Amino acid sequence: MTDLMNLEGQVALVTGASRGIGKAIAQQLVARGVKVVGTATTESGAQAISDYLGVNGTGFALNVTDEESVAAVLKHVDDTYGQLDILVNNAGITRDNLLMRMKDDEWDSVMDTNLKSVYRLCKGVMRGMMKRRQGRIINISSVVGTTGNPGQTNYCAAKAGLAGFTKALAKEIAARGITVNCVAPGFIDTDMTKALTEDQKQAIFANIPAARLGQPDEIAAAVVFLASPGAAYITGETIHVNGGMAMV
Amino acid sequence: MSTIEERVKKIIVEQLGVKEEEVKPEASFENDLGADSLDIVELVMALEEEFETEIPDEEAEKIRTVEAAIEYVKNHSND
Repeated sequence: MTDLMNLEGQVALVTGASRGIGKAIAQQLVARGVKVVGTATTESGAQAISDYLGVNGTGFALNVTDEESVAAVLKHVDDTYGQLDILVNNAGITRDNLLMRMKDDEWDSVMDTNLKSVYRLCKGVMRGMMKRRQGRIINISSVVGTTGNPGQTNYCAAKAGLAGFTKALAKEIAARGITVNCVAPGFIDTDMTKALTEDQKQAIFANIPAARLGQPDEIAAAVVFLASPGAAYITGETIHVNGGMAMV
Repeated sequence: MSTIEERVKKIIVEQLGVKEEEVKPEASFENDLGADSLDIVELVMALEEEFETEIPDEEAEKIRTVEAAIEYVKNHSND
């Protein structure tokens, strides 16, 4: 019987892999026999990734808002492994503020890092995946891209934008054997959610039927599934992983 | 050694999955050979690789027929 979860020998690029959800994704992929290039914004972050990946991949310093930096990491993947099967766009930032107080640079940096970066990276991997008639692109969005969240107009707009981008690209390249999907985490136990205020946390907890935080591995599991052969017929979709917080 | 014309036609046959006799000079990729916009992008990619040249987007947009593809390659190929 074919193992529909077999990823042995594949190569993945995971952005924002030094901690939290990205690290869990990189580690879960490695556990399935995938070679992983994980990125961080700093050299020390990249080194930390190299350390935990060991022989199963490398860390690489990447600025997702810089076209040349994106080209450099894709060249590194190509030079080292000669192929790329799975792209996980996970890198993201928050710059929370009420709209009335939001600065242009808070809006622009979130758009550039969370949304335009995905455009850049997807465009960069397109030729290789099209030629091989194979590829998995998984974008990490967020439940708030669907539900909205006060203080996060920039972040919610970028994450909702990802969903539209995902659907359009999925339609463009479905016939070439490439799928494009989102995983939308809810309230996950990471540094990013630790930055939320106590009031924000209480408001969110009141709305989680599972009555607990999600774990990074529970996001990674959905990513691994979408990357697997068994998910070949799923494209343009968003899998929500949020303990029942939002059912769409 | 095949001529540029033969090599271009071979790529068109491979990329678009059409018969060799259909690949006439005046044939339009879209209207006569059943290509969609993504097929044409892939065709241009294949031409770039075969002839080791980079075709700028604004030039690629003009390559709509078999003849246009052959002409472009003849004028820009390093071979």
